Amino acid sequence: MSELVDCRGLSCPEPVLLTREALQHEASGKITVIVSNAVARDNVSRAAESMGWQVRVEEDGEDFKLHMTK
Amino acid sequence: MRDRLFIIIAGAVTGLLAVILVMQGNPANMGFCIACFIRDIAGGLGLHRADVVQYLRPEIMGLVIGAFATAMWVKEFKATGGSSPVLRFILGMLMMAGALIFLGCPLRMVLRLAGGDWNALIALPGYVFGVWLGTLFLRRGYTLGRSQDQSTVNGYTGPFIAVILLILLLTTPAFIFFSEAGPGSMQAPLVLTLGAGLVVGILAQRTRLCTMGAIRDLILFKDYQLFLGFAAITVVAFFGNVVTGQFLPGFAEQPVAHIDTLWNFSGMTVVGIAAVLAGGCPMRQLILTGEGQGDALMTVLGMGAGAAFMHNFGMAGSPAGVSPAGQWIVIISLVLLFIIGAGNIKMRSLSQAKTKAKAS
Repeated sequence: MSELVDCRGLSCPEPVLLTREALQHEASGKITVIVSNAVARDNVSRAAESMGWQVRVEEDGEDFKLHMTK
Repeated sequence: MRDRLFIIIAGAVTGLLAVILVMQGNPANMGFCIACFIRDIAGGLGLHRADVVQYLRPEIMGLVIGAFATAMWVKEFKATGGSSPVLRFILGMLMMAGALIFLGCPLRMVLRLAGGDWNALIALPGYVFGVWLGTLFLRRGYTLGRSQDQSTVNGYTGPFIAVILLILLLTTPAFIFFSEAGPGSMQAPLVLTLGAGLVVGILAQRTRLCTMGAIRDLILFKDYQLFLGFAAITVVAFFGNVVTGQFLPGFAEQPVAHIDTLWNFSGMTVVGIAAVLAGGCPMRQLILTGEGQGDALMTVLGMGAGAAFMHNFGMAGSPAGVSPAGQWIVIISLVLLFIIGAGNIKMRSLSQAKTKAKAS
């Protein structure tokens, strides 16, 4: 069960800020970020990938679960 | 790589259309100005009575409708809202106040630069400074809170308002004001102004173009994607102006501009801070409105109200400079922005976001 970070409903660029902080401190190499819009999905994915993480997007209703592994 | 190319194209098209719009009748160096145009719409509706700036600018309606149609098409439309609506309204007012002091939103700022208006060279560092100040709040956990899903009616409201404004423009009822002189009387033909708005609305929705994000992301993340779009607008508009003879360099007697260094700088500082705290530059707010974000619509409504206040109380800048009342507004705006920023720091934290995830 990976760590979950809820970024739903947050304005740009808060999902990216939270994700970067989470990725910097995550020791387990597994984290899931939840966002609620396509812009956050794209921006957070890009941010994680730029930090060397792999991102898998899962649609969950109207939200997006971004499963990240390093 | 493909995203970067796309946003460069989006910026290039925006810059090109801006040059064409001016050639075909828009005020000089004002192919697009989100602040001026919302102010003109406020005037058209009689919310202020500055009779040289009253016109229902179709570029604004086009941006919203173009973004709306695109969002619907790619299934990114989502009716949301409820994130500190009052503060967003105020931020919109403050964003407009700063822009009307400088006489341009950030988009017009780069278009003025591309036209040789060197006063924009003073404003640009002011804007960057403001964005930087805004990031200080972001880094300390500033947030206006989470938005929630809203009913579809909420999401359609912004696009609906845009359509109504378009109908009012086309039917010219007696209660709508149309400037007979000054910038409000200068416009390119409707097919161009509306068409350009629609095209940029589509491109800006797809590429997330944002003049504030362009600076902010460089500062926060060293991410230059949005900046590419921002630069493309400027570079293409510059070349377009040179080729069409619209590049007229200088400080003095620039069109719809003044040479007040301190207030050009600080007016755009206000815009920079407000845009960061509101999550988007003026144009981005219009695009987000088209995507169904009630929070962005609140900001846009605030911009309209701010424009009305600024002109009713003689605070807006003019080619003659900035009145004492306008100078006070800049200072008051900075104080209010500080209060809004500081009052909402530490509202966001990673631990809170993790706890919330576990709870849901």
